[in-house]
Amino acid sequence: MFDLRDLYQQVIVDHNKSPRNFGKLADFNHEADGYNPLCGDKLHVYLKVNDAGVIEDVSFEGEGCAISVASASLMTDALKGKTMQESEDMFGHFQHMATSELDEAPDEEVLGKLTVLAGVREFPSRIKCATLCWHTLLAAVKDRPEPAKTE
Amino acid sequence: MFDVEKVRAEFPILHQEVYGKPLVYLDNAATTQKPQSVIDAVRHYYERDNANVHRGVHALSERATASYEAARDKIRELLNATSRREIIFTRGATEAINLVASSWGMTNIGAGDEVLVSEMEHHSDIVPWQMLCERVGATLKVLPINDAGELCMDQLDSLLGERTRLVGIVHLSNALGTINPVKTIIEKAHAVGAKVLLDGAQALAHLHVDVQALDCDFYVTSAHKMYGPTGIGMLYAKEALLDAMPPYQGGGDMITMVTFEKTQYNDLPYKFEAGTPNIAGAIGFGAAVDWLKKTGIDAASAHENDLLAYATEKAKAFDGLRIIGAARDKASVLSFTIKGVHPHDLGTILDREGVAIRAGHHCAMPVMQHFHVPATARASFAAYNTRGEVDALFAALTKAQELFA
Ligand SMILES: Cc1ncc(COP(=O)(O)O)c(C=O)c1O
Repeated sequence: MFDLRDLYQQVIVDHNKSPRNFGKLADFNHEADGYNPLCGDKLHVYLKVNDAGVIEDVSFEGEGCAISVASASLMTDALKGKTMQESEDMFGHFQHMATSELDEAPDEEVLGKLTVLAGVREFPSRIKCATLCWHTLLAAVKDRPEPAKTE
Repeated sequence: MFDVEKVRAEFPILHQEVYGKPLVYLDNAATTQKPQSVIDAVRHYYERDNANVHRGVHALSERATASYEAARDKIRELLNATSRREIIFTRGATEAINLVASSWGMTNIGAGDEVLVSEMEHHSDIVPWQMLCERVGATLKVLPINDAGELCMDQLDSLLGERTRLVGIVHLSNALGTINPVKTIIEKAHAVGAKVLLDGAQALAHLHVDVQALDCDFYVTSAHKMYGPTGIGMLYAKEALLDAMPPYQGGGDMITMVTFEKTQYNDLPYKFEAGTPNIAGAIGFGAAVDWLKKTGIDAASAHENDLLAYATEKAKAFDGLRIIGAARDKASVLSFTIKGVHPHDLGTILDREGVAIRAGHHCAMPVMQHFHVPATARASFAAYNTRGEVDALFAALTKAQELFA
């Protein structure tokens, strides 16, 4: 029998309670809004990218369910020091994990800590909560003015 | 004597498990389940009577037409409308409001006029008026709510004026459970010459409605929130208003004579029912009205009030729970938030315990804005719910809290 703890792992509960990299960056050069109209989750992502295309700092603000807050918190931790291209690739891997078959083991090597979110596969209505921050990140990388959606 | 077990036995869908737990269905404000008699009525129509209405000369068409029109009579009686000509079948409450906004609104509301709605309206009683106001240059005004989730009735007089053409008010709020003092609102609106539309999408499963006693001009509802099928609802409007209104959509059934020079519109109610209607839906709607009458609206709502009082008591004792909507006059809806657990997470956790609730903005974003919450969790009760199910709800909430501790 599936256990709710598979979705709400302690790491997720902790990140929800005390999200990392929460708040506006003092110094940033990319930002975007993300919005999930279904549940009202709202995120804002700030990026500081240097001339070499490396993410020097990243943060987020907003409100949402535990999955979306924890996912954003984990994402910001994972992105620091990555290039823009690497973070886009990571999004691809994350997206794949969130929608893959249950018997496929998530790629720990690429995704690291982010694999705690693999449990959303069991909850089709919650996949968007986990991916909203990544769509928002992509919008920030591309400097899109309109809020990112998960469609 | 109201026997909830007997009522439950009439709803086949309730007798199932989800994730290995007995289903506890507390999302009735979104849509109610359907009794066997409604399912049978729809099925009987498709198995025995299926034909188009109002046009065939054959036996099946005559039977289909008779059942379709009988449903209209049942609804007329339920609402105590003067005439069956005042009952228009629509896709639901939403389409009924859009019909009024387009047809009546475009002819009676102009630049500088005002439409008054309340802060607790469902989006379906906001957006059509907003669209209309934008098109004709009218102004949308808002009657605010207080922190108990009641209309600020002391502000009504100052918001009504000679430019007010229409007042749109929800009879029973889906987001808060508030029952609004609609009789007073209608009297005051009429005193300034405004018409009143009541959104009864939630009301008819729980309250007696007498459109003549209320003297409302328009009343709308959806069958699926009162034990009937989806995709069918109705508009009640006073006959004199309907007579003067232009058709909403053009097509078959709504005409008596068509040439390329001129078309003669059909009589009421058909003038507003263009195209082949949802025949099976209307017949199911009629069966739902029969079921409500047989079960007894008074007995059912007394039972639901008991459940609401029981749940409210438990909610007040629950650590970290905030009730959203504490109106004195209230029915069937318990909207709430829990400290530290987002409503969306509550919804998922409760689901795995077999408890179906709604988490979200309930198509009433202004209500969420008023209470400064992104969303609420909402348990809503119907005639077939039990105190045991309320217990299951709170056991699941405890589990959610533990998971997040
Ligand atoms: C108060 C209220 N009004 C209107 C509606 C719209 O009903 P429908 O979507 O069936 O047209 C609803 C449904 O959620 C409602 O609760």
